[in-house]
Amino acid sequence: MKKTAIITSASLLSLAWGGLALADNDYITLASTTSTENSGLFDAIIPTFTDKTDIDVRVVAVGTGQAFETARRGDADSLLVHDTAGEEQFVAEGYATERLDVMYNDFVIVGPSDDPADIQSSETVSEAMQQIAESESAFASRGDDSGTNRAELRLWEDAGVNPQGEWYRELGSGMGPTLNTAAGMNAYTLTDRATWVSFENPQDLTLLFEGDEALFNQYGSLLISEERHPHLKHDLAAQWHEWLVSEEGQAAIADYEVDGQQLFFPNAE
Amino acid sequence: MPASDNPFLTALQLILHMDSDLFAIVSLSLQVSLVAVALAALVGLPLGAALALWRFPGRNGVIIVLNALMGLPPVVAGLCVYLLLSRAGPLGEWGLLFSPTAMVVAQWVLVLPIIASLTRQQVEALHGEYAEQLQSLGLSTARMMPTLLWDARVGLVTVMLAGFGRASAEVGAVMIVGGNIEGVTRVMTTSIVLETSKGNLPLALGLGIILLALVTLINALAHLMGETAKRRLG
Amino acid sequence: MNAPFPTQTPIADLQLDNVSFEHRGQSLLAHTSLTLSGCRRTVIMGPNGAGKSLLMRLAHGLLPPTSGQVRWQGKTPVQAMVFQRPVLLRRSALDNLTYVLAIHNVPRARRKADALQALATFGLTSLAHRPARVLSGGEQQRLALARAWLLNPDVLFLDEATSALDPAAIKAVEDAVMTFHASGTRIVMTTHDLHQAQRLADDVVFLHNGQLREHSPAETFFSAPRSSEGRAFIQGELVW
Repeated sequence: MKKTAIITSASLLSLAWGGLALADNDYITLASTTSTENSGLFDAIIPTFTDKTDIDVRVVAVGTGQAFETARRGDADSLLVHDTAGEEQFVAEGYATERLDVMYNDFVIVGPSDDPADIQSSETVSEAMQQIAESESAFASRGDDSGTNRAELRLWEDAGVNPQGEWYRELGSGMGPTLNTAAGMNAYTLTDRATWVSFENPQDLTLLFEGDEALFNQYGSLLISEERHPHLKHDLAAQWHEWLVSEEGQAAIADYEVDGQQLFFPNAE
Repeated sequence: MPASDNPFLTALQLILHMDSDLFAIVSLSLQVSLVAVALAALVGLPLGAALALWRFPGRNGVIIVLNALMGLPPVVAGLCVYLLLSRAGPLGEWGLLFSPTAMVVAQWVLVLPIIASLTRQQVEALHGEYAEQLQSLGLSTARMMPTLLWDARVGLVTVMLAGFGRASAEVGAVMIVGGNIEGVTRVMTTSIVLETSKGNLPLALGLGIILLALVTLINALAHLMGETAKRRLG
Repeated sequence: MNAPFPTQTPIADLQLDNVSFEHRGQSLLAHTSLTLSGCRRTVIMGPNGAGKSLLMRLAHGLLPPTSGQVRWQGKTPVQAMVFQRPVLLRRSALDNLTYVLAIHNVPRARRKADALQALATFGLTSLAHRPARVLSGGEQQRLALARAWLLNPDVLFLDEATSALDPAAIKAVEDAVMTFHASGTRIVMTTHDLHQAQRLADDVVFLHNGQLREHSPAETFFSAPRSSEGRAFIQGELVW
């Protein structure tokens, strides 16, 4: 009985262990943002890249702040985020050797369908933000130092508003949880269009403001410094980096649609 | 993955159309948690038994710390393992971050205090009953250990289950050290978080139901084994 | 009947030298000096709380004395002890026996045969594969005796080994004690059953309130006890 038990557990364990030791193809680890992952973009474009190069791309989707930190510590081979100022600083600090524009999508403001701050009539995003602040309508902020959060704070600054008060709620959550919360408390929030279009729990939330150029959301790909982190898979990461801005990569991005809507607009130079 | 508005229907559909993605997620969840529990048992059983059998200075301190660690937030465990395995960390050269191995390590950290602490309680109770007889038979304290562990086996299965429950239910640690990479480190709990963040609540809840069903199945098997053993062994 | 490994050399004397035992400042056994020798059946008697079980545990080495010395005069003999409530392991009757053979380094090939023989000796053959802990009280005690038998002890301690048993089971245990004794084992036992003591004792150690009152041959103790407490005890005037 004892022997059987030992043999059984040993074989179970080795089975489980064996399952964990995956047969590894070449792969790179890409630190990126939840907005790109949640929208389904990677599921659409990575297989095309893998077919061509035999390189798998493993996406770790976190907030932009955490993505920078992950890359800074040398835990990711490549970085694709949307915070141009932060990206340029990352290059300036010597963690990356090159930053390229890849694509953009845009931010939109969503909120309760009765639009208590009447932002639908606003001409500019600054005006919309001011109206939300003046009417003290509930606004859900990511509050997580993500690219979207950083963009939102810039928009408040441009609008000359210091967002403070009970109406302004910092959630410290990712885009999806923030939308869930905003839906739950009927609050306005700033979201990237991709996450919004593929979000499935809008309840009473509806798209209320879009189209201002200030809502432009640029994504950049960074080539991580070989000098800083010599152990990374720089050759493979460079292939990914170059593919993203190649004709083929740009076409793959443009082809991705949800409900007939194109979500990302390639704009590599 | 199929989706409907009813989470139970969604769960049923998921099971009926068990696609390879879902199968991979379910089996990775089980693999990671089972290996973590097995490795935690390898250390936790002797550690718990040793704490039960030996008196040494600082023993109470060790017991209190172990008991407290049973409540260690998974995110904290995950963060510690992350800092350890990160390229910039002490074990960075092993390149284990964002791999199933890293998830096993994180869950091991979570499960070990539970197994060690509960094992100590079980073995201590049994030792109270057995001590004189085993001493009379001429056993040293060290040689009592395997006997006590084996005779406590029915109770220890429950201890393992408590550990497995903790491992399979936690999300904070595996999210940080695994990265929720599709096809590589995505498990049931991180999938649930992901689907929730996509606002796909029925699918998230459906996955939750499957996870619960699996855990229930494993508990039922262990319970039956325990009952049979109790009937047979008295 | 022969024990599996008969002993030839005489059993060492057990000498208790001014032994005291205290627990939390309370004296449970005071200044006891006693020598047990030969292949005799010594019965330790006394009312409840007199220190009988304690004396036996000190003698067997389960407890260290607070002061004084417990010494074997010569080679420490093989000892076994049977408790009031038998402590059996959570496995089959047979496995309980092969277990003690394993921990005493008996070669694996011989264990099962030896164990089966011991089961036969104590009339337990048909119960070999039953879980030990679901056996009746009497069967469990016989299994405990079979386990002790396999150790082939020079000295067998029994602590109130029959106090929870029915008359038939008591008879079986007493027979077993005689069997051990016949094979050359010194018996040291406690009982509060006067008749059992009269049936089994070669000599009697009488304790009262944690103090040794007398150590006399059985005939002396039961006919003319030297101590006044001993006298009161056999006349049923001391509550146990």
